[in-house]
Amino acid sequence: MAKKKKEVDDRFKKFGTVSFTSITKVNDFIDYLEKGKVMASKCKDCGLVFFPPRADCYQCLTSNMEWVEVSGTGKLVSYSKLEFAPIGFGDDLPYAIALLDYGDYKVFGRIADGIPEEEIAVGMDMKTVTNKLPNGQLNYVFQKA
Amino acid sequence: MGKVGIIGVGQSAFVRGYPGSIRELAFDGFKECMQDAGITTKDIDASIICSAPEYDKQRSAAGVFAEYLGLVPQPTFYIESLCSSSSTGLKVAYSLVKSGLHDVVAVIGFQKMSEISSAESQERMGRGADIQWESPFGTMMPAYYAMYARAHMAEYGTTPEDLARIRVKAATYGQINEKAVYRKGVTFEMFSDPESPMSNPVASPLRVGDCCANADGSSCVIVANEEKAKAFCKKPIWILGVGAASTAVNLPGRDLFTGLTVAQQAGEQAYKMAGVTAKDIDVAEVHDCFTIAEMMAYENLGFAKPGEGKDLIKSKETYKEGSIPVNVDGGLLSKGHPIGATGGSQIRTIVLQLRGEAGEMQVKDPEIGLVHNIGGVGLYGNVSILGR
Repeated sequence: MAKKKKEVDDRFKKFGTVSFTSITKVNDFIDYLEKGKVMASKCKDCGLVFFPPRADCYQCLTSNMEWVEVSGTGKLVSYSKLEFAPIGFGDDLPYAIALLDYGDYKVFGRIADGIPEEEIAVGMDMKTVTNKLPNGQLNYVFQKA
Repeated sequence: MGKVGIIGVGQSAFVRGYPGSIRELAFDGFKECMQDAGITTKDIDASIICSAPEYDKQRSAAGVFAEYLGLVPQPTFYIESLCSSSSTGLKVAYSLVKSGLHDVVAVIGFQKMSEISSAESQERMGRGADIQWESPFGTMMPAYYAMYARAHMAEYGTTPEDLARIRVKAATYGQINEKAVYRKGVTFEMFSDPESPMSNPVASPLRVGDCCANADGSSCVIVANEEKAKAFCKKPIWILGVGAASTAVNLPGRDLFTGLTVAQQAGEQAYKMAGVTAKDIDVAEVHDCFTIAEMMAYENLGFAKPGEGKDLIKSKETYKEGSIPVNVDGGLLSKGHPIGATGGSQIRTIVLQLRGEAGEMQVKDPEIGLVHNIGGVGLYGNVSILGR
């Protein structure tokens, strides 16, 4: 009898223009992205919130996590607009990578296309929203709050 | 326990497209170092091979090099901490010798970057960041450092012109360093001249002129215990302090974006161990993979207060004749940055300076020198303090 092929949960390969990871214990992050939500993980034992989300808490040495939504606005810590891209990202040019500070945690991502650079300033309030890429992949971007 | 000294230094020329294999490249730096030390391969008890292995087709280059360089049957092993691999190698060699396990250890760094295209190289470099959460956004090293530059500008009013001054200084010395990959001069005006490639944007606010030159190269440093150092060498240079630190690979895990915590922490450790302060440093090599990286190094190492790095370069205090000469060999910006070889090359420059053998680049009578070598985007920091 043929052995039943084990199904591989490789949902994370959908993350970003090119994903370098397919299997992770936080694969549900992708399901939330599909539903329009960007999630962080929170340790149920000590309450520490992690972004990027992680499956394990180094403080408690437990894996007792729950999902919490990245909501509200964060302050733009810094950004850079790229004129060159690594292999696989050329079609996205130009794009800007950035960091938002939400207080309890920070989020690294891209600034939404179409915001003129003169309207972007360090310290401004921005929000994180999910985004579908032209190649069918999923990520999230920062928009003006 | 006795002191630990450096008895030999060497490096290959840093070049684009080295016409040979990686073992042959390693030989160039090793040969110069062995001739400098005046010892034979039998005098070396162990070798440490340092590089970022993702550029190589050869798996586990340590064994291959050890045989090619005549260092078998002595033990050999590999060390990697991205761009600071050979400074980590120096720290491990120091501890091997200090512990009494070995008397003489060779630290060999190398990188042949030209086997892959520039875009592939950017992709490999970018994967020194968080590949699960950040690389999928299309990150690369210049863009990460550009984010630090932007934050530094927003906080302290640093300008792109302040950064350009650092490149002009690097090119001043790159022109007189026969080992440098970029031997041409760079003027301040080039940064505002649309005809000059130096002014081309890479990742705002950084331009081509703000970025170091990729290169192929190798370096070698030979470390020995006090007894052997004195027996083999007329002018041993002593390792006075070694410091190292790490931090979160991803930016959300960090709190400082106007400087590198790993440099501050590694610097504090090295100063404490050496019993010196920033004021005692006569000559320094810092990791200027980008102009902003040198600016932050001034401040993280205490050569300037936070935000005042721009004044240090404006007043030319980091030139050869200034109060704290920095990267007077051209730095990574002009000498070039073959990842695994870089730390060893920085150590070589400081050793030559302390011996008074730096030729046209010689700073006046330095007694204590410092090497600041960073891996990734401030992921690993290594600071070593050397003295006569």
